[in-house]
Amino acid sequence: MDIRKELEKRILIIDGAMGTMIQRHKPTEATYRGERFKDWHIDLKNNSDILNLTQPGIVEGIHREYLEAGADIIETNTFAATSIPQADFELQEYVYEMNVEGARLARKAADDYTKKDPTKPRFVAGAIGPLNKTLSLSPDVNNPGYRAVTFDEVVTAYYEQIKGLVDGGVDVLLIETIFDTLNAKGAIFAIKKYFHDVNKPELPIMISGTITDASGRTLSGQTLEAFYISVMHAKPLSVGLNCALGAHEMRPHIEELSQIASCYVSAYPNAGLPNAMGEYDENPSDTGHYLEEWAKEGWVNIVGGCCGTTPDHIKHIAEHVKKIQPRELPVVEASF
Amino acid sequence: MTSIKPYSRFSGLEPLVVRPETNFINVGERTNVTGSKKFARLIKENKYEEALSIARQQVENGAQIIDVNMDDALLDGVQAMTTFINLLQSEPDIAKIPVMIDSSKFEIIEAGLKCVQGKCIVNSISMKEGVDKFIEQARICHMYGAAVVVMAFDEVGQADTKQRKVEICHRAYKILVEQVGFDPQDIIFDPNIFALATGMEEHNNYGVDFIEATREIKQLMPLAKISGGVSNLSFSFRGNDHVREAMHSVFLYYAIKAGMDMGIVNAGQLVVYDEIEPQLRELCEDVILNRNNNNNEATDKLIAFAETVKAKGKETVKDETWRNTSVEERLKHSLVNGITDYIEADTEEARLKYSAPLEVIEGPLMAGMDVVGDLFGAGKMFLPQVVKSARVMKKSVAVLTPYIEQEKEDRKQAHLAAGTVNEEAAGAAKILLATVKGDVHDIGKNIVGVVLGCNGYEVIDMGVMVPTDKILDTAQKENVDIIGLSGLITPSLDEMVHVAHEMKRRGMKQPLLIGGATTSRMHTAVKIAPQYEEGVIHVLDASRSVTVAGNLLNQEQKPEFLGNLKAEYDKLRDDFNNKKVVKQFLSLADAQANKTKIDWSNYQPVAPTFTGTKVFADYYLAELRKYIDWKPFFIAWELHGNFPDILTDKVVGTEATKLYNDANALLDKIIAEKWLSAKGTVGFWPANSDGKDSVQVQAPSNSPSGGGLVTLEFLRQQIKKAEGQPNISLADFIKPANDSQLSANDYLGAFSVTIQGIEEHIKRFEAAHDDYNKITLQALADRLAEAFAECLHERTRKEFWGYAKDETLSNEDLIKEQYMGIRPAPGYPACPDHTEKYKLFSLLGGEEATGIHLTESLAMYPASSVCGWYFAHPESKYFGVGKISNDQLEDYTKRKGMSIEEATRWLRPILE
Repeated sequence: MDIRKELEKRILIIDGAMGTMIQRHKPTEATYRGERFKDWHIDLKNNSDILNLTQPGIVEGIHREYLEAGADIIETNTFAATSIPQADFELQEYVYEMNVEGARLARKAADDYTKKDPTKPRFVAGAIGPLNKTLSLSPDVNNPGYRAVTFDEVVTAYYEQIKGLVDGGVDVLLIETIFDTLNAKGAIFAIKKYFHDVNKPELPIMISGTITDASGRTLSGQTLEAFYISVMHAKPLSVGLNCALGAHEMRPHIEELSQIASCYVSAYPNAGLPNAMGEYDENPSDTGHYLEEWAKEGWVNIVGGCCGTTPDHIKHIAEHVKKIQPRELPVVEASF
Repeated sequence: MTSIKPYSRFSGLEPLVVRPETNFINVGERTNVTGSKKFARLIKENKYEEALSIARQQVENGAQIIDVNMDDALLDGVQAMTTFINLLQSEPDIAKIPVMIDSSKFEIIEAGLKCVQGKCIVNSISMKEGVDKFIEQARICHMYGAAVVVMAFDEVGQADTKQRKVEICHRAYKILVEQVGFDPQDIIFDPNIFALATGMEEHNNYGVDFIEATREIKQLMPLAKISGGVSNLSFSFRGNDHVREAMHSVFLYYAIKAGMDMGIVNAGQLVVYDEIEPQLRELCEDVILNRNNNNNEATDKLIAFAETVKAKGKETVKDETWRNTSVEERLKHSLVNGITDYIEADTEEARLKYSAPLEVIEGPLMAGMDVVGDLFGAGKMFLPQVVKSARVMKKSVAVLTPYIEQEKEDRKQAHLAAGTVNEEAAGAAKILLATVKGDVHDIGKNIVGVVLGCNGYEVIDMGVMVPTDKILDTAQKENVDIIGLSGLITPSLDEMVHVAHEMKRRGMKQPLLIGGATTSRMHTAVKIAPQYEEGVIHVLDASRSVTVAGNLLNQEQKPEFLGNLKAEYDKLRDDFNNKKVVKQFLSLADAQANKTKIDWSNYQPVAPTFTGTKVFADYYLAELRKYIDWKPFFIAWELHGNFPDILTDKVVGTEATKLYNDANALLDKIIAEKWLSAKGTVGFWPANSDGKDSVQVQAPSNSPSGGGLVTLEFLRQQIKKAEGQPNISLADFIKPANDSQLSANDYLGAFSVTIQGIEEHIKRFEAAHDDYNKITLQALADRLAEAFAECLHERTRKEFWGYAKDETLSNEDLIKEQYMGIRPAPGYPACPDHTEKYKLFSLLGGEEATGIHLTESLAMYPASSVCGWYFAHPESKYFGVGKISNDQLEDYTKRKGMSIEEATRWLRPILE
């Protein structure tokens, strides 16, 4: 089962938002704590990653909904399952376990669906989020040289997560929602170090950056091309964009990326921009139409949704791009 | 299918892609503690902020990559590298370029790599300590995504011969590509530049070895890059920059030809190969290429030569060092710094150097203006500087123009002789600019013209008061790419609508730009854009015009740009249409009933010291100077802020101060040499209102208007106001007559001021291609006119009318209008009908007395003119009439004796 073979054949569908789906269960503090952490000394509300340990049923159920909707790739529920953000909950020592369990839940669900229809194999992407501390920006405006975290700390945190994801059985590693490229470079460093240390072949890496606004730059100030150049050494399976923008706003950036990327291109925008109430309200069919147009332009290989998208969105996206040929990999020439 | 070339790619916040056509890449070398004493001192003293300014300077001077080195025995290199790079990354104007992390200690290199989000270059690694260590370090660099500089160094030592250089580089290449997984384009070799002319014969071939090794390495490994530290080469000539620079240039000339891609050099100090004096150049070539050098013959000659130039080199150089650079660099320097001193000579030199005069414009001049455009676009240059740059550009072009014309003529004759057709290639994109018919204001338009000119557009400036047909005929004849209209007074808005309408009728395709103080995005969206489908764009200011023109002329961007704009304007139009339903109007009768309540029975109007008019034929300019309000002057230059704070503003302060000093110097001259004269008229007359919106003025029989009653018609606010708020008309501030019988117990005044004599000086500046002084002069004339109005108003209050004899107000208070009584002008918000100017000027004595001519749109010429009514009542105040409804329009039409069509035309801005 090789994801590269599938990418040659068709546009693959990556799943939609995890958070939106968790909220549908209206989880309470008790939900997050479950039986295991019922006496934990800190509130755990909104710690989605702990649900891998306390409410595996909910998480697996969401994976199955997305698989049912047509997702080829499902993301593990491990976006913030690293020691740096989990320090807020003092759950650092459970991070490895969160990742292993997160990977297993997705693995089980994906394998069931692959078994049902072996012509449409399903893949698990280990989700590696951006951290709540950033390496290129100072949190103190009066001290621009200050950094709240060091590169080594970031690498250590990601290394632990990667180990957990790999042990739990993911197919690819997905560094996503990158708003500071240096954090992403920490994750890439950790991946290379991990596979070098265990002396195993590297799993494919997917990289997905975030253009935060109309400036067309990442939060840390890079242009899209500068961002891509900065992560090319990962030799990624795919590079793409997710989050912050709806499909409408993301379009020109995806077009640019499709021109410069020597690897596959992924795109999973939000369900539009948040409305006045902070909610995403783009219709699934609208999202589907946008992504269909990108597919027809020959810009994308992997599409799906980010914040605010639901299995319904994924279903529409899958139907809209089903018959469209994927973007062909560009020829990387050997001389000028 | 797209293909991707194996270019070397580096990045800071922005990409640096090394394409075959990319010229030699300058690596900035001053942020190196081993190379810059100043930088070393700042780092040692922990003055990191100041050290940053050295980095910024490097970027501004054109470094494309910045080299950072903290190798000093007295420094904690890891800590210094971390601190400095973290700071560097917080400065977007520096962080935009890639960083070269330079150290002989790998731990310092790694410390630097941990701080940079972009793709760095490590300088350097080598096989000095064996292959294993080399692989280990290369692997770590690769994990950080960095490219590497590999020194031609192995266990045996540093490679000095061509053969050793090539061998070591090839061996390192194979290891990096095959074992570590490097892309070939991420490998940069440094085949070692050593000192020449050391007196040791075994060193004499070092130059040749480097150049030839470079050639062979590039043949063997074409995707790899070659770099080197150039200053090593001339180490023997320390202290003799003249010879050193010549050696560097000659060396680079040959090394770049052989394939050298980048180098650590002080780019500002390089002379151009062709400009080195022939004798020195030849000596340098002999030494570098090791020619005629048996028994150190060439070396000795160069040393001897160096002795002769040492003495004389010293006095000439100093702070005019930029004069020693290439003519291209000098032209660029003059353009960027706005220096006109040498431009004519430099232009002539460039003309002789290039094969055609046009190439000087298209080559070095445009390159210089591109830098100016970029700096301006990035907010690093401000408008006054740009205009100074344009002055330099125009002067240079003026030198070239006769030769270009001659060439054109020659070609034409040649074609005629040969019987062939002359097909001149299309030049730069053309933009036509004009101030519309009836309007005389052109400072803003001139600035837009200069800025566009700076950005490579050919600007056809048709001047002021240009009728629609003339604009459009010229546009079609010249086949311009864009038309830009400007206007300051409200009737110009209608004229612009008309131009757009005509463009559609003629089936034109050019986009139409709209600018000027009275224009707005809303008006453009609602009134002008619907007239013409090929694009109507409101341009906020001069700096915006460049981006807009760029978008419109790029065939790929244009549809999206216009598409977005259309959506935006459609939305504005919808908003406008939706909003206007909400406005609630009172009937005119109700509005009149709700007029300003003034207790006239307890008010005793003050009689002016005279009735009739008083003319000031040539007012003392030095006196007016004190009344100047500088803020609008800076706004004209797109420098926004309060005066005098703006002079010390962090961002624009330096430029604002320069501009202020230049303006004052010019003003000194204007006053001393009587360039301009200030002519003004004031008049006062008995007046009464009719209790509604008309005011009857009794001009004495000896007055210029011939005496008799003149009825002024004012407009009244009609939008429903909050409880207790009146619907104001200026007529409210004049005492009503009892029983419509004129009892002359109140007064009204009027004034006009104008600044005359500007034309010949404008022409002179135009002839000298000096937009900077031209625009400054225009802006100063405007300020003087306003100052004059302020001055006369003060004298009116205290002296001529004398209703506020005891007033003591500072200039600041005057600017804030903290005086009693007002001086509103016809055509402005309180009395928006321009046609009342006819009455005002007639009362004051017409063109003869005032020196002011009214155009068909009722703009005043000269453009630096101000007029207005004087109202003395303490409750009189400035206000805007706002929108009026149909009943008032009809009433006003009757009062004015106009047709509805005519009234509608003049009042359109305030009609729903």
